[in-house]
Amino acid sequence: MAAVLGARAVARQRVHWTDRAGELMLAALAAALAAFLVAPLAAILLQSIEDARGRVIGLDNYFAYFETPALAHSLWNSVWVSLLVTALVVPAAFAFAYGLTRSCMPLKGVFRTVALTPLLAPSLLAAISFIYWFGNQGVLKEWMQALGIEQIYGAPGIVLAQAFSVFPHALMILITALSLADARLYEAADALGTGDARKFFTITLPGAKYGLASAAMVSFTLVITDFGIPKVIGGNFNVLATDVFKLVIGQQDFQKGAVVAVFLLAPALLTFVVDRMVQRKQTSMLSARAVPYAPRASRGFDAAITAYCSVVVLLMLAVFGMAVYASFVKFWPYDLSFSLRHYVLGLVDNEAGTAFGNSLKLAFATALAGTATVFAGAYLTEKLRGAAWLRATVQFLGLLPMAVPGLVLGLGYIFFFNAPDNPLNFLYHSMAILVACTVVHFYTTGQLTAVTALKALDAEFESVSASLKVPFWKTAWRVTLPICTPALVDISRYFFINAMTTISAVVFLYSPDTRLASIAILNLDEAGEPGAAAAVAVLIAATSLVVCILYLGLGWLVERRTQTWRKPA
Amino acid sequence: MAGGAPFLRLEGIRKDFGSFNALRDIRLEVARGEFVCFLGPSGCGKTTLLRIIAGLETQSAGTLHQDGRDISRLPPAERDYGIVFQSYALFPNLTTYDNVAYGLVNRRAGREAIAARVAELLRLVGLPEAGAKYPAQLSGGQQQRVALARALATSPGLLLLDEPLSALDAIVRVHLRSEVRALHQRLGVTTIMVTHDQEEALSMADRIVVMDHGAIDQVGSPLEIYREPATPFVADFVGKVNMLAATVRGPGRVQVAGQTFTGVAVDKAAGRSVRAYLRPEDIVARPIAESDANVFEATIEKIEFLGSYCLVRVRAAGMEEQPLTVYLSLNFLSEQGLAQGSRLRLRVLAERMRVFEA
Repeated sequence: MAAVLGARAVARQRVHWTDRAGELMLAALAAALAAFLVAPLAAILLQSIEDARGRVIGLDNYFAYFETPALAHSLWNSVWVSLLVTALVVPAAFAFAYGLTRSCMPLKGVFRTVALTPLLAPSLLAAISFIYWFGNQGVLKEWMQALGIEQIYGAPGIVLAQAFSVFPHALMILITALSLADARLYEAADALGTGDARKFFTITLPGAKYGLASAAMVSFTLVITDFGIPKVIGGNFNVLATDVFKLVIGQQDFQKGAVVAVFLLAPALLTFVVDRMVQRKQTSMLSARAVPYAPRASRGFDAAITAYCSVVVLLMLAVFGMAVYASFVKFWPYDLSFSLRHYVLGLVDNEAGTAFGNSLKLAFATALAGTATVFAGAYLTEKLRGAAWLRATVQFLGLLPMAVPGLVLGLGYIFFFNAPDNPLNFLYHSMAILVACTVVHFYTTGQLTAVTALKALDAEFESVSASLKVPFWKTAWRVTLPICTPALVDISRYFFINAMTTISAVVFLYSPDTRLASIAILNLDEAGEPGAAAAVAVLIAATSLVVCILYLGLGWLVERRTQTWRKPA
Repeated sequence: MAGGAPFLRLEGIRKDFGSFNALRDIRLEVARGEFVCFLGPSGCGKTTLLRIIAGLETQSAGTLHQDGRDISRLPPAERDYGIVFQSYALFPNLTTYDNVAYGLVNRRAGREAIAARVAELLRLVGLPEAGAKYPAQLSGGQQQRVALARALATSPGLLLLDEPLSALDAIVRVHLRSEVRALHQRLGVTTIMVTHDQEEALSMADRIVVMDHGAIDQVGSPLEIYREPATPFVADFVGKVNMLAATVRGPGRVQVAGQTFTGVAVDKAAGRSVRAYLRPEDIVARPIAESDANVFEATIEKIEFLGSYCLVRVRAAGMEEQPLTVYLSLNFLSEQGLAQGSRLRLRVLAERMRVFEA
């Protein structure tokens, strides 16, 4: 009788308690992402359709926004500046990436490293540096004015500084796109007697089109959502990102602030969707049988591209160098002798020293908590057998942060956690909320790295373990984790560097006790101490650099300690 | 299968993936100590069935009993089996020793007991010296032996092998085949192996379960499967076969075009159109006596040289429309001076002919 019943009913396996424990962990993670990502975003959307007393009024805030000429003007400013930077950066980065991947240029490693260094510094560093070059007391102010630009403060400064800090992001995407070349296509074209220009337009460019689209979208989004650069070098030129800050922190007009945040969310969401589509197309483009492309020497072309890349790299070094130089100068521009005055002023007198300590704390905590959370999440979504619905939810929530600009996330945190009736209100103004916010802000890249590493493992490890009665976490600890340590090192470095340099989200959340170094730059600059601001920015960049080198060492150690099995006997 | 309750009993197992029927009403009993092969083309559901026995997939309906215990709803960790996958799934960052000891460590056995057991197992699979090596330092065949040792380490009641030899090259495969078989005979552990390789199944199994389209076509000993295929699919899938369009002409009489064969095991009514299945080795060139029935003249159309035997395609007198494939030894061909275009006499072992509905 029992057998008959069993055959009729749809059978469901009993869940082993170890699997149940995994599902509970995953549920906890989903709840955390709901509280620290979904709820703040929902709070923004809700705020944007409510009036000041919390009544739902539909789209009135949006209409009011467009009826405020100054605000509508900022929207236009943001859009055209972002478009201009995109139009400048994408071709420039494409040419640079082309040189790195398709030429026999010497010193490729050096070019690549220098071009990616802006990633180590807060974006503010570029803005400060351009002030020293072209500002009121800038070295090359006359040159600029000879070109017909009256002053750097405003759109010109924003465009230049943004171009500098967005360049490496576009470059990374385009290097990847151009590396995915199938040599067989070029050989076939050669066999058919195709000219170089035609090969470029019929093979290279179509092959990189997804990368170009992605680079353009990412550039646009980074510029339109960046807050630090327009704050420092924007002068009276208003953009959306600075409006949000003024509306929320200055005028306490949460409703209009929320409306602007929604405007910033839109391009980022669009970028996210396009990027996901692009990723899917790009991976399917290169078949497993493709032959990697190896560039051949061509004297004229190699020389030209080397010259171009050298100019770009020199410009970057000039931006960096000026910030470093200015930070060590006694009294710009009158006394250019060497001095540590700005470092003393910045770190000691203005308590940026404690801020710097806070930044390090934040970076360490983010690297630890972020890596652990991201890896646990990726592991459970990849390896658990049941709870399909839960796994899909966590996977999606893990991808979502890429579509949320830091400024929007930070604003959402204010709306959500500052609400007096929120039981999580005690987190507000704590270090913990800064860590949570930063982990969520940079969650996606970590998750993608972890998932890629996990997908490379044999899918049957867990099946074998179950048959041997070994609980899954033991296998995770003894097998999965050791194999994935290089990826873990990468993820934690990514969290660390970004926590050191980020401004956009945390600028809404710090308290007097949790001031951060990157925010100290803003405050010092506002207080009329650009030298000290430069000093702190340089210190952050230097710290990131040192940490990168330490990570390199760590990576080497990890490689030796945990990856010996990869080598044949 | 004589006496006692079966060790493993599957009843009414069904598996649906969405609207796709991966398995349909599978019933099967496996005796203790038996070596059973699931044989079938890819997509026939054999691996799904194995994974259901392992608890790695859950059946949509049906029950499983192992050793008298209902395991239908038990998660893998609460069932009693060892498993070896086609990919080996050895832990790459652990040495051979640690891989084999993996399941033992969890049982809180003493360190010395574990060491002794691992050494015993490595000897058993012929790799006594490999303990310190990492999987990447072993050949494919060696890795599969380690996987086997790991699966056997905890002395499971059931050993599941999922295409264990498919990733190996031909020579190693044939060698490991007999070793796995010998190992089974020594340990007597009930074993189920999934394979799409009929030779593997025929040479290793006590019983073969031939599957097609999510259902079991036939269960039987290798000889039964080969000699008495229960369905046209089994006849076609296992071994080479000549398929002939034929008509029943009375008790034991089957007509193929202009030839009529007598003494065929056929229970169909006269006049029915049928398909006759005939193995190449059941058409012989000698000995043929004058009194023999079912003898016919044929012309050699093509000779495919395979070594000591040749695969010969002939056109038989009276049934030229349906060429036949025959095995002839190289020695016979050269003794008789046979070549393409030569004529010879052949005899059909009609009692071996299998007749199915057309």
